[in-house]
Amino acid sequence: MSRRTIEMAVGTSGVDQFGRPMRAPLAVRGNGALVLEAPPEPELEGDHMLINIGPQHPATHGVLRLVLELDGETVVRCVPHIGYLHCGFEKIGEYRQYNQIIPWTDREDYLNSIGNNVAFVLGCERLFGIEITPRCTVLRVIAMEMSRIMSHLVWMGTTCIDIGAFTPFLWLYQERENLYNLLEGWVGARLTTSATRVGGMAAEVPDGWMDGLKAFIRGFPKTLDEADRMLARNGIWMGRTVGIGALSADEAINYGLSGAMLRASGVAYDVRKDVPYLDYETYDFDVPVGTQGDVYDRYLVRVEEMRQSIRILEQAVQRLPDGPLNVDDPRVILPPKTRATSQMESMIHHFKLVMEGPRPPIGEVYVPVESPKGEKGYYLVSDGTSKPVRWRIRPPAFVNLSAIPRMVEGHLLSDVIAINASIDIVMGEIDR
Amino acid sequence: MTRPLPSYPSTRPGSAREAAGEPAPITPHHIAHRGGAENPSVAALRERFGAAIVRAHVMWGETTVIVAADAIHDLIAFLRDEPAHAYNYLVDVTAVEYRDAEQPMELVWHLRSLPWQRFLRLKVEIPKGEPLVAPSITDLYASADWLERECFDMFGVTFTGHPDLRRILMWDTYREGHPLRKDFPLRGRFSRSEQLTQALSIDTVGRYSMTELTIAEAFDDLPADMRERLAERRAAELARSTRTLDAGDDA
Repeated sequence: MSRRTIEMAVGTSGVDQFGRPMRAPLAVRGNGALVLEAPPEPELEGDHMLINIGPQHPATHGVLRLVLELDGETVVRCVPHIGYLHCGFEKIGEYRQYNQIIPWTDREDYLNSIGNNVAFVLGCERLFGIEITPRCTVLRVIAMEMSRIMSHLVWMGTTCIDIGAFTPFLWLYQERENLYNLLEGWVGARLTTSATRVGGMAAEVPDGWMDGLKAFIRGFPKTLDEADRMLARNGIWMGRTVGIGALSADEAINYGLSGAMLRASGVAYDVRKDVPYLDYETYDFDVPVGTQGDVYDRYLVRVEEMRQSIRILEQAVQRLPDGPLNVDDPRVILPPKTRATSQMESMIHHFKLVMEGPRPPIGEVYVPVESPKGEKGYYLVSDGTSKPVRWRIRPPAFVNLSAIPRMVEGHLLSDVIAINASIDIVMGEIDR
Repeated sequence: MTRPLPSYPSTRPGSAREAAGEPAPITPHHIAHRGGAENPSVAALRERFGAAIVRAHVMWGETTVIVAADAIHDLIAFLRDEPAHAYNYLVDVTAVEYRDAEQPMELVWHLRSLPWQRFLRLKVEIPKGEPLVAPSITDLYASADWLERECFDMFGVTFTGHPDLRRILMWDTYREGHPLRKDFPLRGRFSRSEQLTQALSIDTVGRYSMTELTIAEAFDDLPADMRERLAERRAAELARSTRTLDAGDDA
């Protein structure tokens, strides 16, 4: 603390009464050496200050509002306020059929929209008791890992901007653009993908699409290494992140943190390993784990996660089997249009699916996935009708953000920005 | 107030499961709707809490235990602190209200054991018409703080013992009720004109919660001499601002 205060005083020593820049005061030690001495502390009143950040502030990544109690420049207390983007997704979902909820999942964590689509239909399929096809499984793994890289790229780019580095932001957004172009070629949309359906996907990948993905897999690690080299051993970056906002492993578990936030604290909890889905246990990848649990470790963990995602993508591209994309189950999948207009039975299925929607049996499931933010789970409760009784999103960023008062206390006001960036919040998911 | 964290080694997920020689988890396929292997913690709960366990069932491979409301706090504390169960990770706190008016409302706790890699759902049933009250588990899990606040905001469940139970997603002065209740209409309870009137009549001081207003007014906690100094300064500031105002009037 005090060391940092002195550095700032040297940097901004001000001007004297004639307007000339003042020099930092020097003092002579007993042995004759000149040493830098801290300028005398100005006489300060002892009262604390109330500072409001947000909800409209570029560094709060959306509409987060933080009210801080400051003692000088040190945060004593932090009271977060959320809910500015509350849209009532869970309420709306109770009035929609299962397939009609998929577009809402795009809009909660909008940096990870296709990952949310996959996560939601995984929950639905367990609720319906459906086994998806092998090709669909692998395509969904590709979708989820692409989505993870896209989300981490936005996180890394915006965090660079928050902490004062601009160049990596441009490089990383170029790579993100490549991924969005791939997504656009696959499902026709860039951000609001709605790519999945209960029992399959909305669209098969077009011809030549896999070549585009392979080109990305080849080219991306180089860009990532370049950006990483700009930051990982950068003095300013390390000064702003090392030792900032650290949480111990037990604390992180107790706060319910997940994703990179938890792994940076040294807990190797990854839903892909601990509660596997989409046959993730058959892929060869590592779970990066930090030691200090500070902002710097969260950065290192997320960068390594992108490299591991590339490894998974390589394996998925190699093993992608041929075969049908959607399950052969008229309860959930629409028949082809030609059959629906020519065969009686298909027409009935088509009519029932469109007008009533698929009906799961009575039951409830909680299916978690490893989203880029952490453990994202959908808790679905069905009473046997075509609309869920309860559609609960377990939002990882919501739970991660709840630890921010603990993380910022005792740090400087400028560190609040770095800590907030390290949580990787998306307010669409927190407020829902 | 908060209980100390459990002392078992919790940092590596799956460590207890490996030591017990159980196989690593894999992606489940072809799960049965009803039945299947029950979570081993349920047997221990039956033995320990007996009558407080109303019933337990397995659905789609997940074990649900329905518990009497007054036992839920002790039961969760037991599950967290006992190394043989070690449910150290609170996943979610939420509630379910059914469309059927006869069916009781359910409060749901999702717990995860990182060392054992197990998942358990606990439920408390509250019959329709009875007060929605449950003990808070914020002394056991820090993550319960916001999750319980959300459950209170959306369903009106009062968690007794919660240190700061106020609305989280809706604003403090929201008067229309609890949005996820089934008797709450999709478009809100008030008319659009009523909602607009309320929004326009909000007191601007309402931008700060009571906690923050007490930070700004933390006057009484200060030492006496500092209070005097601050009072003098405020009086001087007030005099200055009045003078400026008078000067403006003259002009």
